[in-house]
Amino acid sequence: MTARSQALPAFNDPDDRPGILTVREEDEIRAKLSASWYEGSGFVAWLKSTNHKSIAKRYIVTAVIFFILGGLEAGMMRAQLSRPENRFIGPDLYNQIFTMHGSTMMFLFAVPVMEAIGLYFVPLMIGTRNVAFPRLNALGYWMYLFGGLLLYAAFFLNTGPDAGWFSYVPLAGPQYSPGKRVDVWAQMITFTEIAALIGAVEIVTTIFKQRAPGMSLNRIPLFVWAQLITAFMIIFALPAIVVSSSMLAMDRLIDTHFFNPAEGGDALLWQHLFWFFGHPEVYIIFIPALGMISSIVEAFTRRPIFGYPAMVLSLISTAFLGFGLWVHHMFATPLPQLGQSFFTAASTAIALPSGVQIFCWIATIWSGRPRYTTSFMFVIGFFLLFIIGGLTGVMIASVPYDLQVHDTYFIVSHFHYVLIGGAVFPLFGAFYFWFPKITGRMLSERLGKWNFWLFFIGMNVTFFPMHILGLLGMPRRVYTYLPEMGWGNLNALVSLGAVIIVASVCVFLANVLVSLRSGVPAGDNPWDASTLEWATSSPPPSYNHLFIPVVEGRDPLWDARDGELAVVTGLRTDRHEGLVTSLMDAEPEHRYEFKRETILPLMLAVFGGGTIIIAIFSPWGVTIGAVLSLIILTCWFWPTISPDHDTPRRGRIRRSP
Amino acid sequence: MTTAAFRDAVARSRALVIIATTGAMAACTGFQSALDPKGPKAEAVSHLNWFLVITAAVVYVAVIGALFFALRRASARPVAFARDDVEEPDRERARVRWVAGAAAVSALILLLFLFVDVSTARSLSQVGGVRPLRIDVVGHQWWWEVTYPDIGNPQNTVSTANEIHVPIGRPVLIKMTSDDVIHSFWAPNLDGKKDLIPGHETITWFRADTAGVYRGQCAEFCGHQHAKMAFFIVAEPRVNFEHWLTAQKSPATTPADSLGQAGEKVFMTGTCAMCHSIEGTSAGSKYGPDLTHLASRRTIAAGTLPNNTGNLAGWILDPQSIKPGAKMPPNQIDPQSLRALLAYLGTLR
Repeated sequence: MTARSQALPAFNDPDDRPGILTVREEDEIRAKLSASWYEGSGFVAWLKSTNHKSIAKRYIVTAVIFFILGGLEAGMMRAQLSRPENRFIGPDLYNQIFTMHGSTMMFLFAVPVMEAIGLYFVPLMIGTRNVAFPRLNALGYWMYLFGGLLLYAAFFLNTGPDAGWFSYVPLAGPQYSPGKRVDVWAQMITFTEIAALIGAVEIVTTIFKQRAPGMSLNRIPLFVWAQLITAFMIIFALPAIVVSSSMLAMDRLIDTHFFNPAEGGDALLWQHLFWFFGHPEVYIIFIPALGMISSIVEAFTRRPIFGYPAMVLSLISTAFLGFGLWVHHMFATPLPQLGQSFFTAASTAIALPSGVQIFCWIATIWSGRPRYTTSFMFVIGFFLLFIIGGLTGVMIASVPYDLQVHDTYFIVSHFHYVLIGGAVFPLFGAFYFWFPKITGRMLSERLGKWNFWLFFIGMNVTFFPMHILGLLGMPRRVYTYLPEMGWGNLNALVSLGAVIIVASVCVFLANVLVSLRSGVPAGDNPWDASTLEWATSSPPPSYNHLFIPVVEGRDPLWDARDGELAVVTGLRTDRHEGLVTSLMDAEPEHRYEFKRETILPLMLAVFGGGTIIIAIFSPWGVTIGAVLSLIILTCWFWPTISPDHDTPRRGRIRRSP
Repeated sequence: MTTAAFRDAVARSRALVIIATTGAMAACTGFQSALDPKGPKAEAVSHLNWFLVITAAVVYVAVIGALFFALRRASARPVAFARDDVEEPDRERARVRWVAGAAAVSALILLLFLFVDVSTARSLSQVGGVRPLRIDVVGHQWWWEVTYPDIGNPQNTVSTANEIHVPIGRPVLIKMTSDDVIHSFWAPNLDGKKDLIPGHETITWFRADTAGVYRGQCAEFCGHQHAKMAFFIVAEPRVNFEHWLTAQKSPATTPADSLGQAGEKVFMTGTCAMCHSIEGTSAGSKYGPDLTHLASRRTIAAGTLPNNTGNLAGWILDPQSIKPGAKMPPNQIDPQSLRALLAYLGTLR
């Protein structure tokens, strides 16, 4: 392999002595890097960008917009259910809205936003200049965007999917869901699974091969571990939904009978395939949030996270066990009792790694000095809310108990405590934590506290009574209920809670808008945190770090308190050059040139996306789209990089003030 | 505010509190509630519920207590506390012991849960004692077809809809499947859910120990009218049940009065007979619910409306305004024929 021949013997050369760079030399390098990494200005340059930070920012903003849309849908459902026999929304629209809410929150908000934060911060945290495959990364974003636009365009044309975010067959099959509604859902899934898989491949490759020299696997930040493990989960879980949504699309579009019992198909097959993806999906959302908590707790207690190996092993075992739980969504189907007991055991066992992490964080807090910033408050909110969701999760691992509360509001309550408490609260904590890094300005703490308290109170008012509603017999996914059921008062209370959450999100948006204009400038490291993303300016320059850092411990910025940070020198500054390091110990192996900005990803997304959309109406879409995509791919893979490179050296500079 | 007005407000709010509390307490007993068990299966789960809730609450208080204790201890440190301020190593060792101990206690609690869960599930899976009464249920969008099969004598098989009569004290075995999409059978006062899946046969059992009428509802999203797909389980003493079953076995007879006879003609010659069957007549379509004993049922439209003449008339004329999306079309019937039809349906006891 040519890569091997470019190995870097000079890096550990004993004759190579560290030197101090002058300010002028530093400025020269900075100017060269800025010129080389400049992607141009204007709309076309924006479309062509392949910088991981620009892509990730788009991802985050798009995902937050979908979060707001999903929230508005939730608000409409709460308006309809606020009293019995309400006539605000009929069943046809209501079924579309709850399907849109679930699909939006899972596929267009939670998974993308978690990956997007990874795509922004992983390269910064591990000290590289871009993700491994910058063009592919851009393609991922465009696919995601087009999938979301398809879903919402269809919804506004009254063709929104209405068979639930889980699209159980036969209800979602051709016989009981005629029209194009479910096709739109299945193809939106195709778009988002492409995007998610791309993000996962980016993250795995970047973390495995582009870590700064010295950042061995036992030194990478816990957030990066969480992203790595999540990416592996995506790679293993998504094929199940790729297969099942394709089979559903084929049943609907070209008359196959995978799920049609009348023709020898099986309705339960869908459930196994869907939940084999669907349950890990929950952990794909939740594990990155655990990484965020570790970052936030570490920064605001000024202590390294207690029990790093235990934390990493907990994340890994959560990921493994997460694949052994899917049948607990299917306890009401005809399955052997022994098999069900296995899934009860697995669903109970997965509480243990989460418990270990919670204990480690408490131990970290115990040994530190907490600073009660909004970010840290959201983490305390996480403890208070997530543990409720976790405990109800252990309760519903029991088959007989689950059979009573399954598909009732008890479950709605359980997974909103898990997902809002376990993922959205850490995410808001992460917004407050990293907003200064991304934008260069602090979010207002005063508005932040309002944001937190309204969200925390609203969350409990909305979701706690749902436990009781479920036990009182209220099923999920009903557009109305009869007055004599006696659920009216609690539902009114729940709807009131939803209003409080809406107010909280409005405060957050106001905070973002105000702070973008007039927030306090952040400086490089406003929280005195320890990881490498804080070693560069806020917002980071297009090339991330002036020099690729050399890592000598788990908390580089705290270890470098004497003001010196070891760095790599000698990488070319006139090209997009990066360093490839070994998997375990991050020993430098060779240089690597990142591909430059180009319009090709957008074009491939247009043609590939066009294929997927036209396939809803005619199978010819696949044929035509494949030819057009092939043309773009030929241009894409045309070799462009010349192999001549200098040899990098180890250097040492003073930390920039 | 004057004192009188204040006292008035206090009295009013106290009244509100009393109403709210009684409301909450009344809510715990209900005709569709998992917290008000009326049979052994639901009762076991209700006990399990309280065991799980109380244990979970204790765990919650312990963990959150530890968190706030840690926060208080840590907040007492000087603000300038930095990462370099290392504590004595034995403190660190103590923390390792605490975390390991907490993990071990968690594992034990989880094992206890697992034991209780699995043993409860095992004890509930077998029908105990007497030979159970068998009832077949088929799910339809959006109603329940209920059959009491008589293996030895097939013409004695009883077919009804959305209302299941059971004798108290005797276990009932329900065999289920679906005619269209997946539904789920759930009467929480008696039993947990079981799905009705096309192409599969599922089985559950329950026993009602107290006489009463318990409501159940479809629990798996099944399309437009998933919300209005309810049924009632009428648990009654054995004698009453046998009496009811015998009555259900008899076919319908042509009414004696002319209005009823005219109504029968409307039924047989109009659209009704295309979907509904009435034993003893030429109407034999199985698309909609069997109406042989319609007048003996408590509700119409799968538990949506009380079964009275006014509701029945409204339902026949415009079912789509009551259950939008329901498979029954609106019917244009002149008032005279409608009156006759209602009179005829009223004779189907």
